[in-house]
Amino acid sequence: MAKTVDLEKGWEEMKKGMAKLKATLEGQSDSPFDSEESVKLYTTVFNLCTQNRKSDHTEYAAELYKRYRSAINEYINETKETWHIFSERTSERWSNHNIMVRWLSKFFSYLDRYYVVKQSLPNLAEAGKACFHDLIEQEREGGQIDRDLVRSVVSMFRDVGVSGIELYENDFEVYMLENTSVYYARKALDHILVDSCPDYMLMVEQCLKTEKERVSHYLCPSTEPKLLEKTQHELLFVHANQLLEKESSGLSRLLEDGQVCISISVITNGLESVSTIFREHVTSIGQALVRNAADEASHKKVESKDIVGFPEQVFLRKVIDLHDKYLSYVNGCFMNNLIFQKALDEAFEVFCNKQIAGVSSAEIFATFCDRILKKDGGSEKLTDEAIEETLDKIVKLIVHLHEKDLFAEFCRKKLSRRLLSDRSVNEEHEMSLLSKLKQQFGGQFTSKMEGMVEDLILGREKQVEFGNYLRDNPHENRGTDMSVTVLTTGFWPTYKSSELNVPTELIRCIEVFSRFYTSNTRNRKLTWMFQFGYCNLIGRFKPKPIELQLSTHQAATLLLFNTSERLSFSEIMSQLNLPSEEVKKPLHSLSCSNYKVLIKEPDNKAISSSDVFEFNSMFTDKMRRIKIPLPHTEEKKKVTVDVDRSRPFAIDAAVVRIMKSRKALGYQQLLMECVEQLNRIFKPDVRLIKKRIEDLIHRDYLERDEDDVSMFRYKA
Amino acid sequence: MLDAKGQEITSSKAIIKELERIDHLFNLYANRSSGMIDPEGIEALCSDLEVDHTDVRILMLAWKMKAEKQGYFTLDEWRRGLKALRADTISKLKKALPELEKEVRRPPNFVDFYSYAFRYCLTEEKQKSIDIESICQLLDLVLGSQFHPQVDMLIDYLKTQKDYKVINMDQWMGFLRFCNEISFPDLSNYDPDLAWPLILDNFVEWMIAKQS
Repeated sequence: MAKTVDLEKGWEEMKKGMAKLKATLEGQSDSPFDSEESVKLYTTVFNLCTQNRKSDHTEYAAELYKRYRSAINEYINETKETWHIFSERTSERWSNHNIMVRWLSKFFSYLDRYYVVKQSLPNLAEAGKACFHDLIEQEREGGQIDRDLVRSVVSMFRDVGVSGIELYENDFEVYMLENTSVYYARKALDHILVDSCPDYMLMVEQCLKTEKERVSHYLCPSTEPKLLEKTQHELLFVHANQLLEKESSGLSRLLEDGQVCISISVITNGLESVSTIFREHVTSIGQALVRNAADEASHKKVESKDIVGFPEQVFLRKVIDLHDKYLSYVNGCFMNNLIFQKALDEAFEVFCNKQIAGVSSAEIFATFCDRILKKDGGSEKLTDEAIEETLDKIVKLIVHLHEKDLFAEFCRKKLSRRLLSDRSVNEEHEMSLLSKLKQQFGGQFTSKMEGMVEDLILGREKQVEFGNYLRDNPHENRGTDMSVTVLTTGFWPTYKSSELNVPTELIRCIEVFSRFYTSNTRNRKLTWMFQFGYCNLIGRFKPKPIELQLSTHQAATLLLFNTSERLSFSEIMSQLNLPSEEVKKPLHSLSCSNYKVLIKEPDNKAISSSDVFEFNSMFTDKMRRIKIPLPHTEEKKKVTVDVDRSRPFAIDAAVVRIMKSRKALGYQQLLMECVEQLNRIFKPDVRLIKKRIEDLIHRDYLERDEDDVSMFRYKA
Repeated sequence: MLDAKGQEITSSKAIIKELERIDHLFNLYANRSSGMIDPEGIEALCSDLEVDHTDVRILMLAWKMKAEKQGYFTLDEWRRGLKALRADTISKLKKALPELEKEVRRPPNFVDFYSYAFRYCLTEEKQKSIDIESICQLLDLVLGSQFHPQVDMLIDYLKTQKDYKVINMDQWMGFLRFCNEISFPDLSNYDPDLAWPLILDNFVEWMIAKQS
């Protein structure tokens, strides 16, 4: 059992020990510090801490800790004067300081292990170093400190370090940065609740400026970015939301009021960080919109499965509004500053490329345009001006899309459906969207779609000519009205031509048109796409005749029943000369939908190859004219596949173009230029580019440099 | 002077003698009708040399001769190789093989030999790539002794992956560069941003996935 030691008595011992250590370090003592003495001191600390275990030993420990701190402070102050005098010995002094701290922490190591861990006070060695940082904090609070002193201390850290500035970074910078964080966290809390946003921003600006000065006065230049980052983080990012949403003077509020320009223009350095807040803010609003739309879409899915519904429509409306709002801030409050333009673009790029409920954003945008331009656009009934405006805005957003080629392909598909089903609002709007797209993304982007609209306009002229032809050649007129739209291969999406066994009534029409067409064009081949055709038939049902609006396939199916009352599925299939899938669709619409023009055996909701069909002569409806819809199948997969297939060619072309002009280029640079070139069409995947480069090497367009393997050469 | 001239004559005489013996050796293995050593002849040569015909040293011999067609040695190629090896009898040739192996293993030669090994396997007109199965054998043959763990892993990968059915010269050269430069198996210095062939990016991904 160790004997009880009184605190004061014990401390006397410690003081003696420390005095001796000091003397040894200053070279004023002859007898070196031996391990026996150090053990003795350690024992003293141990005894002080462990005795009176039951009652008040922690108080001894706390007292000891306090005294340890003051002893270190004392040592610094004592030796401060000498620093100025023996400036050349300062680095030695610093190492003495370190030795002092190290030794003392050895003596007090029990305290360190036992008390400190328990009380989670800063580690003793850190406490020693913290004393220096107190000086910096003093200065932050406006106190005058001896900058030369701190500078020499800092430079000591640098000089003492054997391998570069590691010591500086590990022993000084880390603590200082930590202190900085703590300091500014406190400061931010003090101000955020009280200050108005502009005041707060001014304060931030001031802090950033002084920290910058501090670095130039007495810290390592490498500390500057870290220090400023910490400061900004604590002052701005931690409180970004509060800043933005401060009730009376938050940034958002200010943005709305258009006041923020006053404070922003003051801030030069803080501009970047404000723009970051701005970007984060816009991004998070956008992400929330995406989430909402996804939620709604998934709810809607439960109700009606197959329709890609309107939540996306609502979503894009909101995105447009968001863009309007923040673009006006950028233009107004931020005085069209480039940094803010960029921040806005970046924010929109993030959430404009998010899938919603498994639908790619490219398709969502294309669907949106489609709904705007469709005649029966559902809920959206817009004036011409509103349509123009909406198109303008949507094109601005499309700029942010990564997969513009996919968008273009969906657009083309939908345009084709609009044009062919005669649903288009008018060509003016179509052309206007195309010209806007052309302006943004170049002629290549829209040339096919322009060709499509062009075909339609030409087609109408041709129709008039055809009418004249029929009038002038009455023997050709067979009493069946027909209109034909001739499409140019290449402009339109590729469709399989139908092998339909055309009803005799139609064959005659087709022959007449073919004669007319070849009479004024040469070397053109006509391929008939019956799957897009429409026919009007008069159904002579027993109750009353009804005009049926049908697709050509439906009409051809129905016309078979003019010659036979009952037909089996396989008979229909062979007479129409269509694959079974193509036969099922019209049969289903004629026998399983609301209008049961055909009676199916057995009477159920699905078509199978063993079914037998009979003409329903008793069919009737309250209308005299009905349209029997044929559900069309979206070929979403095909669009994606088509686009995926076109990309390698685009990349090949870009790489060859670049290499042809540059002859030799490093891999990274080639990647960069390639991405830049293709950005107008799509955001290429780096792996895909790499694959294409390798393929070009394989095909002898490029070669790898023999000495520098990341360098490629163009082989002419 | 005369001495010197006499020396010259004897040495050139010796050279002629040596060439004669080399040609004689060629005729022992050559196919009369084609005038080349064909696969059968190579097999006979191998058994006389007491090495397997799939031994890497036979590939090295082909490299030394700069043999163009797999499985055949022409008279020119034979002369080029054996003259350089100073071997005009079977026993001398047998003794020269270890030296040849050392020569090949020297770095600049090895790169040349390594790429030669690939080209040597291109048997068809305009063929530019080699099927995975043969590549695995070739890898094992030329790199197996030097980079055993890498080659094992790479072969394992090549046989499991589905993206590539053939390997081209660029990828082949990439394999050697990978073995030479990348710390294995931790791959710590592999940087996918460098222009490594994609197949090696995939290989590294595969390995990392396997390790975790």
